[in-house]
Amino acid sequence: MLWKRQALTAGVGVLAFGMALSACSSGSSGSSGGGQVTLNLATVNNGQMKDMESLKSEYEKAHPNVKVNFQVMEEGDLRSAVTADVASKAGQYDIVTIGAYETPQWGANGWLVDLTPALSKDSAYDINDLLPPVRDVNTYNGKLFAVPFYGESSILMYNKEVMDKAGVTIPENPTWQEIADAAKKVNTKDMSGICMRGKPGWGDLFAPLTTVVQTFGGNWYDNSWNATVNTPEWKDAVTFYKTLLDTSGEKDPVSYSFNECLTALKEGKAAMWADASVAASMLEANDSPVKGKMGYAHMPVNKTKESGWLWSWNLAIPATTKHQAEATDFVKWATSKDYIKLVGTKIGWSNVPPGSRTSTYSIPEYKTAAAAYAPITLSVMSSVNPKQPGVNAQPYVGIQYVSIPEFQDVGNQCAQLVADYLANRSSVDDALGKCQDLAQKAGDAHKG
Amino acid sequence: MTTTTAPRAVAPPSEGRKQAQRKNTWISRGLLSPAVIFLILLTQIPFVVTIGFSTIRWNLLYPLQRGFTGIDNYKAALSSGDLWPAIVATVLITAFAVVFSLLFGLLFAVLLDRNLPGRAIARTLMITPFLIMPAAASLIWKYSMFDTNIGMVNWALQLLHLPIVSWSTEHPMASVVIVLTWQFTPFMMLILLAGLQGQSREVLEAAQVDGAGAWRTFTWITLPHLRMYIEIGVLLGSVIIIQVFDPVAILTKGTGGTKTLAYLLYERAFIGLNIGEAAAYGVVTVVLTIIVATVALKTLFKVFMAGGER
Repeated sequence: MLWKRQALTAGVGVLAFGMALSACSSGSSGSSGGGQVTLNLATVNNGQMKDMESLKSEYEKAHPNVKVNFQVMEEGDLRSAVTADVASKAGQYDIVTIGAYETPQWGANGWLVDLTPALSKDSAYDINDLLPPVRDVNTYNGKLFAVPFYGESSILMYNKEVMDKAGVTIPENPTWQEIADAAKKVNTKDMSGICMRGKPGWGDLFAPLTTVVQTFGGNWYDNSWNATVNTPEWKDAVTFYKTLLDTSGEKDPVSYSFNECLTALKEGKAAMWADASVAASMLEANDSPVKGKMGYAHMPVNKTKESGWLWSWNLAIPATTKHQAEATDFVKWATSKDYIKLVGTKIGWSNVPPGSRTSTYSIPEYKTAAAAYAPITLSVMSSVNPKQPGVNAQPYVGIQYVSIPEFQDVGNQCAQLVADYLANRSSVDDALGKCQDLAQKAGDAHKG
Repeated sequence: MTTTTAPRAVAPPSEGRKQAQRKNTWISRGLLSPAVIFLILLTQIPFVVTIGFSTIRWNLLYPLQRGFTGIDNYKAALSSGDLWPAIVATVLITAFAVVFSLLFGLLFAVLLDRNLPGRAIARTLMITPFLIMPAAASLIWKYSMFDTNIGMVNWALQLLHLPIVSWSTEHPMASVVIVLTWQFTPFMMLILLAGLQGQSREVLEAAQVDGAGAWRTFTWITLPHLRMYIEIGVLLGSVIIIQVFDPVAILTKGTGGTKTLAYLLYERAFIGLNIGEAAAYGVVTVVLTIIVATVALKTLFKVFMAGGER
């Protein structure tokens, strides 16, 4: 009996997952008694969101009839809980936090309230102040389905001292070849020339790798959803990535993603790093050994003008809410210019949610607090093009991901195949050939 | 489960007696039923529900397309080509980890079986790896042992003027097996130590008197005596290690032939978000495990019975 029970664990796990989901959707919905409105807000456990939770009392003070109830979750939990709730029209949440990856998909499904009319009516809100590329990734069919709370792109970060010593200058807009040469030059036994994500995962390895593929002229799909993974452009890009890692990258790429590279940079174990722009604020933090020693540049390119990625966490209102007016009002407050100033004065200017509004970057206090990386972040974030990040047109809006539900799975499996190539366990043709089949299967579901 | 009090009466029971006996049976059944119901709820119903799930087209990302598909999920699971490599990975990782932890366990058990000062402390220290959570153990190995910059393994290699090894990238299978071996050596050691301490001193003394050396005594007397303990260790160890998940998720992400059945299931359910297909994989895994477990159980009973004869 004992063995049998052990054997059943696998099945039980799957069931537990299902039960957890149904438990999530059976929670209480916002009650409205005596003019009192409770807004249920589901959000992700990032620092910026927790700041919003601590500032909600300011909003409640100004709106005595509204109470905002925060439900903070891990990214993965949030994704499944909110997807299940919104898709099944359970209506548990009045406001949800979703990524740029979800917005166009959910907008197309009719699950979200179109916020364009409410926001463009209000001149004080100034909808045109939202950074255009971030607005683009959250727009479907001309309708803004989610408002950016904060956003990020990717940039190249390098240790100025190391570069100076080696006599290498990094231009403001470098090419990948220049960076590969520079990395080779500064690569030593104790310090790798560059750190790049290699951990297999759609959000790990494939975030930077997709941008490399795009600037090398490739992409996941052509304009009619035919997978284009087994093309020469992909082969060039992936081979380049491997050569870069082999000659001057970190030694154990499968173990390395954002956090590991951040540590390597801080400890002086890597000279350069191309990753999320938010990393700059961590490298410039007071406890960082490399504070003030870092230089920043645009993401390296090959055939395109820009190659930064684009991500944003956004607030959206499910179509099932019973308090649309109140929810809209709160979303407006949390993404307004005044909110950014509120965070600056109450919590600190370096904690201001970045990458959502152009005007943030002209606030004097923020300009001083984030002098090292604010200009480059603004410059990159306003110049990337999520409608066509690569050389050719694509049938979706988004840069380092394909905004179809299947992409998480396809990206993940392809990342494992590429990791096998990076470790010399398979050939590039073999890896990309198998990935092509996976991508094609997913693309077929979106044809027509 | 339905055993009742044995009838004490020798004479054929009268009608009243029979009735009382039947009543007794029902009372004992009634008393047992909460446990039985609990057992059924806990083990059988989830499995039945999983079988139900496996016949449904249910992708969390397409909630509106939920519906009955019959055996399509099984077709997808069996034709995807993921299942066989996962079985191979599971078997290889389990086999290597069990064999190595058994060898090291035997070594440490023999060392700890003698009267050395501080034996109790040494024994406690030896057991600690087994008490650490698997996820924590994997993280310790990832950052403080295997890391190419700050890891102790690579630091030691450098001291010996050997090249730095990229463990997770180049030797994913070895990395997972090393972590598992480290964790399960104490487990094997405990079982074998129990066996060693149950060895009769007289036999060992007799061997000494007969002029047998330490090696001969060990191979001819101790090892045969330990056989039963080794068999139990292998069986229990396999049953636990076959579910390995944490080192794979933390060190290798399933690359390089380390995608075990448990990790494959996780991937289908939580990254593919395909509940139907994940349930089908789960059912296939359970069927395979029941077959293996039946064979293993029979062997286990044989070991116990043979142990009684020895």
